[in-house]
Amino acid sequence: MNRHGRPTAPTGANKAQATDFKTISGHRGLDQDEPLLFEIGRPGHCGVDLPEPDAKIESRLGGLERGEDIGLPGVSEPEVVRHFVRLSRMNYAIDLGIYPLGSCTMKHNPRLNEKVARLPGFADIHPLQPQSTVQGALELMDQLGTWLKTLTGMPDVALSPKAGAHGELCGLMTIRAALEARGEKRTRVLVPESAHGTNPATAAACGYIVDEIPATADGRVDVAAFKAKLDTDVAAIMLTNPNTCGLFERDIIEIADAIHAVGGYFYCDGANFNAIMGRVRPGDLGVDAMHINLHKTFSTPHGGGGPGSGPVTLSEALAPYAPLPYVVSHGGGFALVENQGDAADTAPLGRMVAFHGQMGMYVRALAFMMSHGADGLRQAAEDAVLNANYIMACLEDVMTVSFAGPCMHECLFDDRFLNGSGVTTLDFAKAMIDEGYHPMTMYFPLVVHGAMLIEPTESESKESIDQFVASLRSLATRAKAGETERFIGAPFFAPRARLDETGAARKPILRYTPVVPTAQAAE
Amino acid sequence: MSKYFTEDHEWADVTDGVATIGITAYAAEQLGDVVYVELPDVGKSFKAKDEVATVESVKAASEIYAPLSGEIVAMNEALAENPALVNESPEGDGWFFKLKLSDETETAPLMDEAAYKTFVAGLE
Amino acid sequence: MRYLPHTAAQRQEMLTVIGASSIDELFKDVPASACRDGLVDLPLHQGELDVDRALSALAAKNVAAGSVPFFLGAGAYRHHVPSSVDHLIQRSEFLTAYTPYQPEISQGTTQMLFEFQTQVALMMGMEVANASMYDASTATAEAVQMAFRVTRRNKAILSGGLHPHYRDVVDTMDRFDADDDDEIIVLPTAVQTGEDLSAQIDSETACIVVQYPSFFGGIEDFTKLAEVAHDKGALLVVVVTEIVSLGLLKSPGAMGADIVVGEGQSIGNALNYGGPYLGLFATRQKYVRQMPGRIAGETTDANGKRGYVLTLSTREQHIRREKATSNICTNSGLCCLAFTIHMALLGEEGFTRLARLNHQSAVQTATALADVPGVEVLTSSFFNEFTLRLPKPAAGVVEALAAKDVLGGVPASRLLPNDPSMENLLVIAATETNTDADRSAFVAALKEVLS
Repeated sequence: MNRHGRPTAPTGANKAQATDFKTISGHRGLDQDEPLLFEIGRPGHCGVDLPEPDAKIESRLGGLERGEDIGLPGVSEPEVVRHFVRLSRMNYAIDLGIYPLGSCTMKHNPRLNEKVARLPGFADIHPLQPQSTVQGALELMDQLGTWLKTLTGMPDVALSPKAGAHGELCGLMTIRAALEARGEKRTRVLVPESAHGTNPATAAACGYIVDEIPATADGRVDVAAFKAKLDTDVAAIMLTNPNTCGLFERDIIEIADAIHAVGGYFYCDGANFNAIMGRVRPGDLGVDAMHINLHKTFSTPHGGGGPGSGPVTLSEALAPYAPLPYVVSHGGGFALVENQGDAADTAPLGRMVAFHGQMGMYVRALAFMMSHGADGLRQAAEDAVLNANYIMACLEDVMTVSFAGPCMHECLFDDRFLNGSGVTTLDFAKAMIDEGYHPMTMYFPLVVHGAMLIEPTESESKESIDQFVASLRSLATRAKAGETERFIGAPFFAPRARLDETGAARKPILRYTPVVPTAQAAE
Repeated sequence: MSKYFTEDHEWADVTDGVATIGITAYAAEQLGDVVYVELPDVGKSFKAKDEVATVESVKAASEIYAPLSGEIVAMNEALAENPALVNESPEGDGWFFKLKLSDETETAPLMDEAAYKTFVAGLE
Repeated sequence: MRYLPHTAAQRQEMLTVIGASSIDELFKDVPASACRDGLVDLPLHQGELDVDRALSALAAKNVAAGSVPFFLGAGAYRHHVPSSVDHLIQRSEFLTAYTPYQPEISQGTTQMLFEFQTQVALMMGMEVANASMYDASTATAEAVQMAFRVTRRNKAILSGGLHPHYRDVVDTMDRFDADDDDEIIVLPTAVQTGEDLSAQIDSETACIVVQYPSFFGGIEDFTKLAEVAHDKGALLVVVVTEIVSLGLLKSPGAMGADIVVGEGQSIGNALNYGGPYLGLFATRQKYVRQMPGRIAGETTDANGKRGYVLTLSTREQHIRREKATSNICTNSGLCCLAFTIHMALLGEEGFTRLARLNHQSAVQTATALADVPGVEVLTSSFFNEFTLRLPKPAAGVVEALAAKDVLGGVPASRLLPNDPSMENLLVIAATETNTDADRSAFVAALKEVLS
């Protein structure tokens, strides 16, 4: 204690305090709760300063002026900043720790990419400016296309799809357009049972009947069953490679040849391209169309669920049907082909989006590719695969590996190691939250029971993985030993305990409603 | 009054040519907490095996197929407010709809309670 | 390589643990014929300085909107975005988080989405909104598909005032969907308001889709149209590309809309050469289970504390697979966040004032341009966008203006190249960012170009 009476070392009494008393404020130290904006706001407050409108300027609204208030809360700038900073602190993020979500490729998001995407020459240009004033933007799109075409070994690319599922739709539409151009109306698309849910959803959205192909005991497509389903009514196979079990489909060339032999096309879901970029070109495997999730493989930030970007690379056979718009180079400059009939040698299937796609994502992805280069991208794929195999090797004696390796960039476990323990995959995952990790992907793929799919990505250091593995080993051992208290009801140290999803779905509350009804609510 | 069961885990209780239809206790348990049931409009007609309703839990959605042919004469309005009835009383208050049968002989291939119990035991 | 943590020694150590002699062994399932030994034909890795320099050089070849007098709209608008918006969305915990599938450690995102949904529903005068879609064009196509599901009918009528790209997207989505009986009727392009839309609705019509303000800037009341649609069992879908207009205008919900689609870019988001943007989607409570897209909902946790989760997910593709309501599986999370923060800053007072300033800027711009010889303002009632008829083709005029460092509107012919009546039409937008000096420069340049 110093002479002002201030203690300078912890005393026994401080240490002995119970950790579970209720605080007066409801906060717990840095763990601060935050009400809704609508509960903070008060009429008359405002977080922006705008000039006074000029009363002399006559209105030309044709009598359509709004009569009543909207009901938005008024909040000052410091309150708004604090509100969102407090909210942010309730989120897990890749910048906080390993985010091993299988099939989601949560890798490091370099800030250089954020910086260049915000250059006024990219962020502050309008999609319908004269093309002479956006030559740099068109050149960037062309360069991005060149990188994607070279990495995939495919001759064409459609940039405009806004996310992976949108890219899938683009690919399937392109296939359908090519078939229709041949005068064929085929009705079925083959989809392995291990596929991402978007694959069957996309095939159905594109008018096809989904025909499921079973998996073999080693987690791959059953080629015999696949061939038995093949006929001239099959438009395409949609295959993820590496597949959702984290395995490379060894028979992929045989599969491609077989689908081509009946006149169908090979759609590859490129969600897992991170495992093979720079080492394997999908074009060499016989792929006709493949979407690339720029937000996975090329690290544009996931942003809590978007925006994404899903360019689709296309084979020679499908290239003429690519959607509008697309970039062409001519005499030292670049031009956008925006309308049907602008180019005589193609038959675009139409337009999938207003304007030209996700420019902000293109800039980030290109910055990421240029930073890595041909050598760095290949190394990244190798490191991603190395990390996944390392995790598998470190855990295989305490958890159950579903299919023998080597795996690619992700490794799949199932819940057999938890049999009889009273702990489920969900409990196990939630206990990981208490250990400071984001859980792996759970209950997907559907081909095994209680799936746990771990994708570390190339961004994790060996030290980070070793710590993660040690935690998982200990959790697995404790679960098997019947120490269920840290699993049942977990997480205990997160901003919230388990949430009632049943209640949320039975009586949906989808917006804030003020206690005093507004005009809208009364309607 | 006789009660019939299908391999899709629906039950049909037939009285005077009208079948009350719902899902079995086994099906309700498999689905977990039911959060929503989409029911057909009264007056619509269905053939046996037609998709007629949808039942949703948080993590699954299942189609309900008409076990018999006929016209919808009533639906269980209480399910809209309280879908939990399907879990609490699947073969009682959690019924889905009533069908005025167009052909009562269609019940012939369906299972009785004892046969359904054996069928379910075989699934486990 | 700065993004890859391993040393060569660590890689070797890890291979030893795995029991593999080399990295190639881990790729042994790849057919030998497809394995590449060398590098692909692309440049090698570069440091931050080099990448920054190369991309800055590309950026410098573009004319940034903020560097010249700028009057473009047509579905993308330039507004001032407060500095705190871009700062907050770059918080690691927002920027580098995944979709909130583990709600216990994602309350920042789920609560924000709940606030976003509330803001959107209020602005549109609707009961519920989803957590956003890719953009308004794809959301419009989703609205049409939803109307088909709700009404169990299969005819949609698209107003001639709907953005031409949106019409194309709806048409493309429909041509490739499962149902060959669907019918999309695209009405002739309507520069002026007052289309006779009611006459188009019959007992087969699932929905009628109108834009408010229209692509050409005009505004009109759709209350009567909603009544006619409802009488015939059809839905009214209202598309709003300039969401700031709702700070001043009667809401689509108050007119009786059943589905409202909006482009949220104007609030919180930069022009970005067309993307990423965010599609707003709102509807009536009774249709909520037919609504596409992610939705956040309120619930409680095991300790009784309020919290938020993604809900009604049985509509989505990871559960329904081929029976999903849509194949869309992402929203525009970070764009949503920017929108929510900007709207929070504006509030009732700021949003209303922002809208008023936009309208005044447009009125002043229209008044100034009307005095240019040969120029006719075709739009009588508008919010912040209107259409001019020029004495010569607009595409050439816009190029000539650009040569004089003025970005002066969007020629209608760029989006409607096959319609000769569009040739001389120029669509102009003005916002709070335009100054009197911008207007003077525009007027002077236009006079020169037209003389």
